[in-house]
Amino acid sequence: MKAPLSWLRDYVEIDISAESLQEKLFSAGFEVEELIYLGAEVSKCVVGQITHIEKHQDSDHLQICRLDCGDAWGRDIQIVTGAQNVFEGAKVPVALDGSTLSGGIKIKKGKLRGVESNGMLCSGEELGITGDWYEGADVYGILILPEDTPIGEDIRKVVGLDDYVFDISITANRPDCQSILGLAREIAAILDKPLKEPSLAYTAHKAANDDEITVKVGAPDLCPRYIAHYVKDVKIEKAPLWMRKRLALVGINAISNIVDITNFVLMELGQPMHAFDLSDLGGKTIDVRRAKNGEKITTLDEKEFTLNENNLVICDSTRPVALAGIMGGLNSEIKESTKDIVFESAKFARDSVRKTSRSLGQSSDSSAKFCKGVDEYTTQMAMKRALHLIEELDCGTVSETGFEVAAKALVPTVIKTTYAKINKVLGITVPNEKIVSILRSLAFEVETEGENLTVTAPLYREDVFGYEDLAEEVIRLYGYEHIKPQLLSFAAVTNGGLSLAQKMELKAKNALTKQGAFETVTFSFYSVKELDMLRLPKEDVLRNAIRIDNPISENYSIMCTTLVPNIINIMVKNFKNGNDKGRFFELANVYIADEFPLVKLPSENKTIAIGAYGDGEDFFRVKGIVEGLADEFNLSFTYRKAEKSFLHPGMTAEILCGDTVIGYMGKLSYEVCEDISLGKDAFVAEISYEELKKKFSSGMKYAPLPKNPDVVRDFAFVCDEGITCGEIEETIRRASKNVIDIRLFDIFRGKQIGEGKKSMAYTVTLRAGEKALDDNAVTKITDRILKTLEKELGAVLR
Amino acid sequence: MKEKIALMRQTITEELSVSLGREGFAKLRERFLSRNGEIPGLMKEMKNIPPEERPAFGKIVNEFKVWAEAKFDEVDEAIKKADLAAKNASEAVDVTMPSVKNETGALHPVTITKNEIISIFQGMGFDVFEGPEIETDYYNFTALNVPEDHPARAEQDTFYITEKILLRTQTSPGQIRTMEAKKPPIKVLSPGRVFRSDYDATHSPMFHQMEGLVVDKNISVCDLYGMLDLLAKKIFSADTKTRLRPSFFPFTEPSVEVDVTCCECGGKGCKLCKGTGWIEVLGGGIVNRVVLENCGIDPEEYSGLAFGIGIDRIAMLKYGINNIHILFDNDIRTLRQFRQEVK
Repeated sequence: MKAPLSWLRDYVEIDISAESLQEKLFSAGFEVEELIYLGAEVSKCVVGQITHIEKHQDSDHLQICRLDCGDAWGRDIQIVTGAQNVFEGAKVPVALDGSTLSGGIKIKKGKLRGVESNGMLCSGEELGITGDWYEGADVYGILILPEDTPIGEDIRKVVGLDDYVFDISITANRPDCQSILGLAREIAAILDKPLKEPSLAYTAHKAANDDEITVKVGAPDLCPRYIAHYVKDVKIEKAPLWMRKRLALVGINAISNIVDITNFVLMELGQPMHAFDLSDLGGKTIDVRRAKNGEKITTLDEKEFTLNENNLVICDSTRPVALAGIMGGLNSEIKESTKDIVFESAKFARDSVRKTSRSLGQSSDSSAKFCKGVDEYTTQMAMKRALHLIEELDCGTVSETGFEVAAKALVPTVIKTTYAKINKVLGITVPNEKIVSILRSLAFEVETEGENLTVTAPLYREDVFGYEDLAEEVIRLYGYEHIKPQLLSFAAVTNGGLSLAQKMELKAKNALTKQGAFETVTFSFYSVKELDMLRLPKEDVLRNAIRIDNPISENYSIMCTTLVPNIINIMVKNFKNGNDKGRFFELANVYIADEFPLVKLPSENKTIAIGAYGDGEDFFRVKGIVEGLADEFNLSFTYRKAEKSFLHPGMTAEILCGDTVIGYMGKLSYEVCEDISLGKDAFVAEISYEELKKKFSSGMKYAPLPKNPDVVRDFAFVCDEGITCGEIEETIRRASKNVIDIRLFDIFRGKQIGEGKKSMAYTVTLRAGEKALDDNAVTKITDRILKTLEKELGAVLR
Repeated sequence: MKEKIALMRQTITEELSVSLGREGFAKLRERFLSRNGEIPGLMKEMKNIPPEERPAFGKIVNEFKVWAEAKFDEVDEAIKKADLAAKNASEAVDVTMPSVKNETGALHPVTITKNEIISIFQGMGFDVFEGPEIETDYYNFTALNVPEDHPARAEQDTFYITEKILLRTQTSPGQIRTMEAKKPPIKVLSPGRVFRSDYDATHSPMFHQMEGLVVDKNISVCDLYGMLDLLAKKIFSADTKTRLRPSFFPFTEPSVEVDVTCCECGGKGCKLCKGTGWIEVLGGGIVNRVVLENCGIDPEEYSGLAFGIGIDRIAMLKYGINNIHILFDNDIRTLRQFRQEVK
């Protein structure tokens, strides 16, 4: 919200600097995002009077002027000008030697065709101003100032550049401050000064055709209040300078007095207004209704829209003449020939304006205001103000014909409370009289009776409901510096901390960092392309991803169903960044829907993805990372050969914990590596944390060390090539419960063993029970192991 | 006999004076000192000695044996020493050569920062609750006093999945879910991922927040300030100053923003704080009575405070990371730096 200091001063006396006001606004909840000094570009430019002019001898257009700029700047300064509109006695802006002008121009003394020139005489444009800003500023040539302008005066003060514009961020609860008057009310309260309300007075005149106009609201749900007023015999001309200048200060171009009045009221009070040319309203009728499906309107900016019944429109007896709250129709706009007008000041439902604006892709200052919120008190005030301005500008006759269609009467919010309640919210004691004076300064009516307060909120404060809101009003003006920090002095002691499940999750992450993996964080959404990268078949369940209805782009359009693409992309990015190796993991959710379209929230399943690439990494090292995770929770994983569309066919395993498949791991296939230009061996694993955590035990107990020593035996078995290490281990383990550790230490293949066979050598550790293992017992156990292996796997002792 | 001993003594002395090597030494020792060696052999000659001279002769032979054993031991020791020295010399390494080690990894800076904030509040009795990342419109907006036509809803660029299901734009739904499940007193943190449709130089469509909620009797703005002031001092430094200023959130009333003195310049004014000396770090307020009512808590009996912290923003300020996207780039050179963080 842009608020010029000079405009604010129309309503409140501001006797502090702009910078001090900025600070006070900030403390009261109005952050000034930018404080713009309008004269920032113009310096050392003063008022001078031309005392003498003579022609330049070597030029047919240059003139040599002598200027009186007062004692401070020089009584006789020679400046050469090319402008033709200067004359002796004229008062003009003089940019002295070393001055700066609009657009960053720097003025230095010099010679023009041999004649010394100690500066420059300025046009309005060179000062950065227009005719809306200062009378005569858009005249071609030098800006001629009024005769009574004081010589030597800083030109910024003369032409209104000695002014500030506050660009203020207004929080969503204060739409009433989206206006100059709204901010002036706040400033009046902050500075404790009276507010000078804008005049709303006007005289209504009886008109012959008054009773011919009709106004009805067919959709009161979308238009809680509609006010229209007939103004006749308007003279369309330029608005006066004071109005044009105020509009220029907030970046609005002056158009004509009637249109400028609507824009002025919009900025001054925050109420969007519209003016219709009465002669264009068929049947002299205004009907506020929903559009019929397929109905069309062309707005003032000559864009055509096809409407539907969700769009609120203002119509005459047959056709739409305005898109309610957004923009008027071209068919009823104010023209030079306009004689009779109807002003509109209305409150349209915020949501209706927003939805129509969004669906049609059409917006305006008015629609922006409606979306932020307009209060009906201001709706009424704005109409009176516009009619007053018609009189003040003497550009028409206000008739007696006015309409106000409202669903509900305006009722102010009344809050009955106590000083104590307000102070309890704040935690400090604000003196009673301070509470009352602050509220009154903000135009709240306050009645006091002992400890009790009855507070009536101004009608434009639709954000105030209860004493908590009053507490906020009080503290923001009393000052947050009065708040004293305390640590829950009156609260119950509670026992907090992470739950076991949350600690476990952290432990899992730390387990992986111990294995040299770095935790990563990636977006929860990606594109179908990431699933294509995995070469997943069309019917793969991972392709049943939840789709975002309004994604930023296709690249971030579906919710992750697997984290593996993310970890692969991290490896690719690191490789491309010149990092030759790395280990990464992420613990995050994948999102799985039970059915489409979503009717209830989907499952969010915590998942661990691991990735490792670079020289030195191989399948078994990466398997070691996975085992590191198992060790940390005293679990053991088993593996069996598996297949994945994106993994090496000979280096892919399912990971099991007990009988549950908890994930998979493997080497990224050559095809995928080529697709993504990953020039190093890369391995990935993905583990369902949801499944893994079911295996965690919640408390540990010390296990006493074995009383009897362990017995260690080495065996080598010859078996078919197809038998896996895992099968042999599992079989040995099953053969005796005394087996506590099995370690493969050698594999041998050769002629002595036979084609298609291999010899696998293991160290097997046996743990005794209550009784020590004597030779007899050991033999029994080893015999059982050997028999089982031979029977089930055809593996024989070598 | 004495001559024979003298000759042997001379032989031993001479032979041991040159370097024999371990084998030659062993042979020589065997020749003289083994059971059948020359020195024990002298005793066998005792029978040829007159009996009266035998004790004296025995003494001479014994003395000679003791001398010879000591002599051999001495040389043996020297040889052992020389061997070890040679072994040590051959095994010497260049200690400055690279080590063989397993690199250790590190937690992500967002996790580190999240854990740090949790540990600060844990001491004050806060639990941690993690709600769903895909949320309903009710928990993300309606229950938090953001009705359908509220401008705050339009301000937040929400990713929708269906009309009623969306990616949460804030961790505040955690407030509602906690209050629905628990009776006061409540102290809870709700950290996690949040999503907004905003992707440019300073915005990431996914980032992290930590919601804090206290519901009890007599909770006031002073409690909110005390807690957030402590947080700032713990996270940044003990001399960090904080200030409150009015703001607006639909789910708190009054609402405040909390600024801290700039961690870069200490409040003098710099590029990071745009010359103001202050940095906006978080927002909070007194829980709006409508929110308490929505969760079945009587606002006349209980009051609450709530705050929301941008975890990524805190991490960036704390570690001097000037671009949020660095956090999601996951470059190992960045991640490796966080190994040294004490957490």
